[in-house]
Amino acid sequence: MNNQRRKVLKTGTGAAVLGALAAAGLITPGMALADWNKAAFEAKSMADTLKALGAVQPADSKDVQVTGPDIAENGAVVPVGVTSAIAGTTMLAILIDKNPNALAASFTLPAGTEANVQTRVKMGQTSNVYALVKAGDKFYMATKEIKVTLGGCGG
Amino acid sequence: MATKPMRIRASVKDGVTEIKALIAHEMETGQRKDANGAIVPAHFITELTATHNGKVVLSSEFGTAISKNPYLAFKFKGGAAGDKIALTWKDNKGETRTDEAAIA
Repeated sequence: MNNQRRKVLKTGTGAAVLGALAAAGLITPGMALADWNKAAFEAKSMADTLKALGAVQPADSKDVQVTGPDIAENGAVVPVGVTSAIAGTTMLAILIDKNPNALAASFTLPAGTEANVQTRVKMGQTSNVYALVKAGDKFYMATKEIKVTLGGCGG
Repeated sequence: MATKPMRIRASVKDGVTEIKALIAHEMETGQRKDANGAIVPAHFITELTATHNGKVVLSSEFGTAISKNPYLAFKFKGGAAGDKIALTWKDNKGETRTDEAAIA
């Protein structure tokens, strides 16, 4: 263990190395309660976000649903819900493809909590909204396009 | 900055408790500019945990894309009228707030 740590320090340019380790599966990406998953929330693209969440090749599933309006008049407040009918769902996440940072929120569900969460998000522009669901060791995804007539990230 | 109370409603029906919460928070993204063109610093909730009688029923992580004054609704099995629900959030400036409500 010490050896490994030395190696990290030696090669150490922080995040890049940690990222590589996470990808290699040496460090399990954070499901810990107290750790805000900075890498995932700061990742810009969908692909990077999925990687930061540890979601490799999520399968499209009809059991996962994104609910929301087809057209949102105000991008600052878009009601979005995620539901999953897959048994043993432990994690839900909402991702918005064209936002500056794709990940909007992730929810960890202990046993007994239903995989059904509603919230409101901001959307900069018309985009696909993805629901990412983790059940067991597998990831599933569903998508819905929400059109935005007035962006929520303007200034 | 003083934090404002959350509004929490919890109701139980057929053994399933539904919680709806409105959280007062500005959820500043860090991408907006003020009148002088200076960037308004990011200020948003990063973590939110809900407990039922002390047991965690939902833990969530928020990014900047959650709307101002976030709304959250979810359901869990169990719970009875009078049980205590507590929601705690923490933001990126380290502020936290906990509010409690009883299941109706």
